[in-house]
Amino acid sequence: MSIQKLDTATESLLVHETGSLVRSPRPRRWLATLNRYKWFYLMLLPGVAYFAIFRYAPMGGAIIAFKNYVPFLGIFGSQWAGWQQFEQLFGGPDFARILSNTLILAALNLFICFPLTIVVALLLNELRLTVLKRSVQTLIYIPHFLAWTIVAALTYLLFAQGSGVLFNFFNGVFGTHVDFLTSPGWFRPLIILQSIWKSTGWGTIIYLAALAGVDPNQYEAAVIDGAGRWSRMWHVTLPAIRGTIVVMLILSMGSILNTGFEQIYLMTNSLNRGVADVFDTYVYFVGISQGSYSYATAVGLFKAIVGVILIGGANWIAKRLGQDGIF
Amino acid sequence: MTTATRALTTVSTSRRRRRVKAERYRYNTRAGKVFDVFNVALLTAIGLIALFPFVFVLVRSFAPEAELESSSFFLWPKAFTFEAYNSIFSTPAFPRALITTILVTAFGTVIQLFLTVLMAYPLSKRGLPGRNIIMSGVVFAMVFSGGMIPTFLIVKDLGLLNNYLALILPLAIDPFSLIIIKNFFQNLPSELEEAARVDGASDFGVFWRVALPLSKPVLATFALFYAVAIWNDYMSPLLYLNDSSMWTLQMFLKQVTSASNLQSAQQDQPGYVAPSEGVKYAVVVVATIPVLIFYPFLQKHFAKGMLIGAVKG
Repeated sequence: MSIQKLDTATESLLVHETGSLVRSPRPRRWLATLNRYKWFYLMLLPGVAYFAIFRYAPMGGAIIAFKNYVPFLGIFGSQWAGWQQFEQLFGGPDFARILSNTLILAALNLFICFPLTIVVALLLNELRLTVLKRSVQTLIYIPHFLAWTIVAALTYLLFAQGSGVLFNFFNGVFGTHVDFLTSPGWFRPLIILQSIWKSTGWGTIIYLAALAGVDPNQYEAAVIDGAGRWSRMWHVTLPAIRGTIVVMLILSMGSILNTGFEQIYLMTNSLNRGVADVFDTYVYFVGISQGSYSYATAVGLFKAIVGVILIGGANWIAKRLGQDGIF
Repeated sequence: MTTATRALTTVSTSRRRRRVKAERYRYNTRAGKVFDVFNVALLTAIGLIALFPFVFVLVRSFAPEAELESSSFFLWPKAFTFEAYNSIFSTPAFPRALITTILVTAFGTVIQLFLTVLMAYPLSKRGLPGRNIIMSGVVFAMVFSGGMIPTFLIVKDLGLLNNYLALILPLAIDPFSLIIIKNFFQNLPSELEEAARVDGASDFGVFWRVALPLSKPVLATFALFYAVAIWNDYMSPLLYLNDSSMWTLQMFLKQVTSASNLQSAQQDQPGYVAPSEGVKYAVVVVATIPVLIFYPFLQKHFAKGMLIGAVKG
């Protein structure tokens, strides 16, 4: 501390001696602070530049949602268009379809993947064979680290018409001729299957950590009170992870519009686009593929703003319930 | 043995005995045993389901083409062949995509980790004026973004289209990782820093000689996370690389595996040859193996990394 003070003293002395900015004390103090922390500010510079260029400049660039962007004129040169893009979005035929596709996938995720993760975590917790428990954990965490391209490739290879093993199996057993990869009715089940395979195992980590913290004395006490296995799970185990479940639930509500671009994009084709288009992929198709930059930006901006409101709301609810929020 | 240790041992044995007794109470009912058997079977099945696609693809990548086209299910081919691997490595496109991806991943990880750590360290200093503003900026960038199109336009205006830097720079600093690394620096004992200061080290000297060596395990963990993210990235090359000779492995993988199932623009072009079945399996295997090799190292750290991920500061 004293060294720091000494530093500052020497620095202000130096400033005095060189005679720069001796006129008013305020900018001098400002300069002294800058000098005192010069290394830190220097180290911050690349990172701040990164956030300015790749995170905040695009936020500014999102004003083209209110313009008619023409590549030749650039972001600033293009003509203002007011709410035209948003009117096109809300008045157009696509909006209801995209919103419902997104919400249906989110709901399926919430009602299938979310509870499944908790169930698997509870089952793992009941497993006493440590070797088996470790091996199962090792296996079910792996898919999390694989690219969506690999997940999609596996899906293609398993379900492809003609050569796919599961294609032949199901159609053989049920005597049908369903082409899973292009049939709109099978799009959502395939997506949910992929999500289950890829993220259920990984999702158990956070619950298992909470379960590891349960005091064994509580189980003993429950046994003495005559609790069976089921009631121990209901009265001891579940309450122990209730907080975690609430936080995870709230977080998933907050990110309800984030269906993930890569997974959906890789499973989309011209035959299932009616049910496959969600906000993220729709932005890509109309923006990058068709070049309607302003309209696509408006769609993205709508999604981002609703997303901020949802996350902020979720965080607020978490705090009201006495949980730690995310910020 | 001192009295104290003896007392401790007695306590721990009696506690262990009590726990064993409780365990017996917990599980040794008939319903409990039935449940245990069922649970073991179910979780083994779940583990095998997670494993199945890997085994399936690995086995098939070594099977002869004729057997693959017979469309029957098998877990062990009648003959083994390296035909598929020979064929992917004999075309120029696949080795090029593989080498490109390895290089982009290696350089990208170094650049991204360097930028992240360099920013995280000053932010761990509580007294730094302006720190809170920057932190709020980082957190805000976590929940709000300009979106795909404005980011694309910025990258385009910077002249980074068809440039490998476009796969590295736009995602250079992951706010989540930044905050976790920042929290780690914040928890380093301050005595070490003071000692270095007495020896005359500057702020940068403390960072370089004290903080960095102490955080090697954490940095190794995040290097792995960044590497996996770059290796797996499909969206960035899709957006920023138009030139198919620049494609990364994931782009190549997508093109090969979705071919001939679905109509794509390429298939209508003259001279297009549909990839054989075996090639698809071989490409998936090659793209998966690096992640599987690094997986044990990842597994050692990720649970910890995920749990200290509480975004408080």
